[in-house]
Amino acid sequence: MIAFIIRRLIQSIGVLLLTSVLVFCGVFAIGDPIAILVPADATPAEIAQAVQSLGLDRPLWQQYLHFIGRALHGDLGRSFVFNQPSIPLILERLPATLELACVALVLALIVGLPLGLIAGLKAGSVLDRTVMTGSILGFSLPNFWQGIMLVLIFSVTLGWLPSAGRGQPGILFGIHTSLATWDGLRHLLLPALNLSLFKMSLVTRLTRAGVRETLPLDYVKFARAKGLRERRVIFVHVLKNILIPIVTVVGMEFGSLIAFATVTETIFAWPGVGKLIIDSITKLDRPVIVAYLLIVVAMFTLLNLLVDIIYSLLDPRVRLEAV
Amino acid sequence: MRNSATVFAWRPDRNTTSGIVLRSLFGEPPVAVATCVCLLLVAIALLAPWIAPQNPYDLAALNLVDGRLPPGARGVNGHLYLLGSDALGRDMFAAMMYGLRISLGVGLLSGVFAMSLGTTLGLVAAYFGGRVDTLVMRAVDLMLGFPTILVALMMLAILGQGVDKVILALVVVQWAYFARTVRAVAAVERRKEYMEAAFCLGLSHRRALFSQLLPNCLPPVIVIALVQIAAAISAEATLSFLGIGLPVTQPSLGLLIANGYQQLIAGFYWISVFPGLLLLVLVFSMNIVGDSLREALNPRLQK
Repeated sequence: MIAFIIRRLIQSIGVLLLTSVLVFCGVFAIGDPIAILVPADATPAEIAQAVQSLGLDRPLWQQYLHFIGRALHGDLGRSFVFNQPSIPLILERLPATLELACVALVLALIVGLPLGLIAGLKAGSVLDRTVMTGSILGFSLPNFWQGIMLVLIFSVTLGWLPSAGRGQPGILFGIHTSLATWDGLRHLLLPALNLSLFKMSLVTRLTRAGVRETLPLDYVKFARAKGLRERRVIFVHVLKNILIPIVTVVGMEFGSLIAFATVTETIFAWPGVGKLIIDSITKLDRPVIVAYLLIVVAMFTLLNLLVDIIYSLLDPRVRLEAV
Repeated sequence: MRNSATVFAWRPDRNTTSGIVLRSLFGEPPVAVATCVCLLLVAIALLAPWIAPQNPYDLAALNLVDGRLPPGARGVNGHLYLLGSDALGRDMFAAMMYGLRISLGVGLLSGVFAMSLGTTLGLVAAYFGGRVDTLVMRAVDLMLGFPTILVALMMLAILGQGVDKVILALVVVQWAYFARTVRAVAAVERRKEYMEAAFCLGLSHRRALFSQLLPNCLPPVIVIALVQIAAAISAEATLSFLGIGLPVTQPSLGLLIANGYQQLIAGFYWISVFPGLLLLVLVFSMNIVGDSLREALNPRLQK
């Protein structure tokens, strides 16, 4: 067990180092770092000072070590646009994105699990076919197009919900969150729905497949033969067993929710990291781009590591296979 | 008296590969419709400059007075705006034809490049095995572990905007799918007798790889190619919608949707909705055709 965790930890660090090399080469070595890191109106003296302080006169590997050293101290440069250090800038906006992703995930589970259960239990029925067709649609609709439709229907045509911004977040248990106020909830609903539709389809399909696989198994038959009520058979015996793969996939998908939040946040002008990175790319705010990429990749790698460890705890066979 | 169903349903020979492909493309009515839609859209994309009612990017042909006309309206000089016009008085129907051309072009190009790169790496991995194999497959695992959009975002953040850069980003995102598929097939094919014969004949590695192994690994590659091209078109549209994909001089469907989005809130829905519907129809029908092909050519299902 410990050997497995250590091996996965080393792999994760490898991935992180590889990403940092790629980002370093991309931003600092291929382009002109001076043009990137010094504002356009800098004087020659400022440029010379920047060359020295950035160590651009040294060999590339030394520059990379210097870059990593600064990154580990939490210093990845200042944003040109906001004129503040890039890492706090991102951390400041991270809660809004995490909130959106969490609500989307919960929404996907609340809708996907019951739909998948019903579809699996009534396989072949009209209801089943409707749910499955709906989930195919949820898969193939491009995320941004689906968001535009939500805005068109619920904001423009019906006028029920606002189409942009985060509203006035309140404070719940000491955290700033949109969940605490009615206004915040109204602003949160459409973006969360937009982000979760794809995962909803995924959870529905996974649950249905799990139910179809589990129902004919002996232990289910035995539970029924014991004379247990149908409700208990389904909610305790069947559901408990299909939850393991669902929880794992959902854990892994959380990372992709944060990545896809860039699209949702752009559509709904949600003030999270996704919108920040798109704005930074269009405005060529390189220090923010570098910080975003490193932070998100680190988060992603950590998440994958956690999921792997949890999965190996739930299912010991994985440990033996993943050598 | 022949049954009308047998007259209309096409039943090519089920034993040849081309027969199987034709049956899977036109055999079932819903798939046949999707195939026809795909062919029609490709034809429109190819012929856009000759059949479009207006050249939407010839500024002399545009009339600002005709801006934001609803679908079906006539302009000041009698031009029929079938699907309405945008803020500059551009005929959306014509703009969509040109947009389709760019979207399909970028999708096809990146699909073909990703296929070439992925297929080559997959073949090399299966053929040489050992360390090469481990290295390639580790890279594949790494790529597939991150969401497409994040990798593309990373690439474009580093490279900047441009048609070539979008294509490069899509290739980087997609080669791993091809490599994984090809390696799986090639690893089986490599142990077959004809490959042993090739070794005994003393063929060079290059000939053994590309003239012996490659042709036998192609069918599954072609099948996933269609689905991957659809995914590439969708990804390009997403990136362009975000404003980090194609430059404004290359207005693909995604850019048309993005331009229309600002007008959508004000109630001019058609500028954004129609290009979106076209994108949806394109990606959806390509996926249906691709799925049908995959089922038909899947070696496990054939016997």
